[in-house]
Amino acid sequence: MSTLTFAARDSATMLRRSLLHTVRYPVTIIVSLAVPALLLLLFVGVFGGALGTGATPSGGKYIDYVVPGILLMSVGYGASSTAQAVNRDMTEGIIARFRTMAISRSSVLTGHVAGALIRTLLSAVLLVGVALAMGFRSSAGVTEWLAAAGLVALLSLALSWLAVAVGLAAGTIEGTASFSLVVQLLPFVSSAFVPTGTMSGSVRWFAHNEPFTSIIDTLRGLLTGSAIGHSGIVAAAWCVGLSLIGYVWAGMQFKRGASR
Amino acid sequence: MNPAAPSPAITASGLRKSFGEKVVLDGVDLSVAEGTVFCLLGPNGAGKTTAVQILSTLLPADGGQVRVAGHDLVREPDAVRAAIGVTGQFSAVDGLLTGRENLLLMASLHHLRGAEGRRRAQDLLRRFDLVEAADKRASTYSGGMRRRLDLAMTLVGEPRLIFLDEPTTGLDPRSRRTMWQIVRELVRSGVTIFLTTQYLDEADELADQIAVLDQGRIVATGTSAELKRRVPGGHIRLQFTEEAPLAAAEQLLEEASRGEGLALNVPGETNVRALRALLTRLEQASIEVEGLALHTPDLDDVFFALTGHAAAESPATEDDGASTNEPASASADKPATTAASARDAASSHVPPQQPSTPNASAPKEPTR
Repeated sequence: MSTLTFAARDSATMLRRSLLHTVRYPVTIIVSLAVPALLLLLFVGVFGGALGTGATPSGGKYIDYVVPGILLMSVGYGASSTAQAVNRDMTEGIIARFRTMAISRSSVLTGHVAGALIRTLLSAVLLVGVALAMGFRSSAGVTEWLAAAGLVALLSLALSWLAVAVGLAAGTIEGTASFSLVVQLLPFVSSAFVPTGTMSGSVRWFAHNEPFTSIIDTLRGLLTGSAIGHSGIVAAAWCVGLSLIGYVWAGMQFKRGASR
Repeated sequence: MNPAAPSPAITASGLRKSFGEKVVLDGVDLSVAEGTVFCLLGPNGAGKTTAVQILSTLLPADGGQVRVAGHDLVREPDAVRAAIGVTGQFSAVDGLLTGRENLLLMASLHHLRGAEGRRRAQDLLRRFDLVEAADKRASTYSGGMRRRLDLAMTLVGEPRLIFLDEPTTGLDPRSRRTMWQIVRELVRSGVTIFLTTQYLDEADELADQIAVLDQGRIVATGTSAELKRRVPGGHIRLQFTEEAPLAAAEQLLEEASRGEGLALNVPGETNVRALRALLTRLEQASIEVEGLALHTPDLDDVFFALTGHAAAESPATEDDGASTNEPASASADKPATTAASARDAASSHVPPQQPSTPNASAPKEPTR
């Protein structure tokens, strides 16, 4: 068999392992589903009324405005779990074992990323189901839904590679907490819950230019028909850029793995 | 070397490695004959784990020539990996998977066919007494079971050369015996074992050749018996109840020295013949001895004799070893460096006594 076939086979083995972990330790998928669902309840049920239709530029229902941001948070929670899983592999020493075996070097990490991708998309689908049950209505057709799914997948890819790198780099499981904090807090300082235009001064500048805002705006445009403008290009650029950074960083960390 | 001996499983010359300013391996030369047990003996922080990590392709060396299983370590790492198996100091098992699933994972990664993989997994479960626990998660295993599973996973690929990095640290005596038994069986089947340990008795039990590593250098090599012969510190301790017989014994045995209380230490061999001779002498002189104890040279004696300083134990050692039931903490891959610095702080460095004759004893032919 060729090297490439071996690489694919080893990656498939690692993916199977990652999925088995999800089944054995379902808390990862529960967190990336339950927490965003609770936030959705909180924002729509508690703040939604007070924020009123004034919060949404298009004047539509608040739940329609907030769902794209909640979807993105779900991806963030999924990435936190990935960072922890990779870190556990690292500290338990099983990555060192893999590194002493004649297997495709990249399969160890691609298995994690592919597993994370499947996990995240699954929780995103379930979350959309919850949102629909709560009254979310989308104007999207099949193309828009597919495009939205593609964007969520792309974001998930970017955050998963970053998560893998963080998981490898962190000495302890606590070391991954800062990454979790960033991906869980960034959505709050973005257009997820209120338009960035309502924010003050430097916060507005930050919220307007951080990666999540363009991604959320694009998702919102696809799902509810609001204007996307140049957000689509910016969102894609952020996702591809972050993926590359995560990929390269993870590769470097994997190589120096045992020297720490 | 004996020309008839098989080609060495490992040869290393001038192996060097530093982490920043800290020199961990300072020109290590090794030769491990195929089908034998080679033991790297040393205290925590001596560089044992680093040596294993380099020889098993986990870490690049800073310098030196190494061939493992007939392949150059730098140019053909994958060929080396295909020939070796590594069981590290801290069990590298997947706690979320069952014992059987862990073995099947290894089988898949070795590209075995499904049926063949399942057969090999079942064989190993039986051989390592894990059949009953086969379908329980590895995280529920005891320390000894985890080590056995770890080694079983290493054996799925049928490696010709196995690295065992402190395989019994932190195990209870019974699990240690089991592990030793397994190692002996492996060697009988023709496998080469590269073992690291900080226990002299373990090296004694298993090793054909022992190399004593201290502060990144090999300070002595030889068989267990050869090393012990070079090590003073063995003595017979005689216990008395009264001063009179003690004084008489002291006069009779010129080489003896007083110990604490009413005791006399008689240096020398501690075997049956020496003991019988000593007791005969005492009886002929009608000296009443209350009791006696044998003191054989231990690792501390070996270290003191070979390096001029004691093998200071890092207090972290026992803790690390005791927590085998828990997933290894993040400190897992660091004890080598921390212990080293602790020791440097604890003892002033005395240069090795015999730096010019590190390999005083000629390498012996493998006993098997």
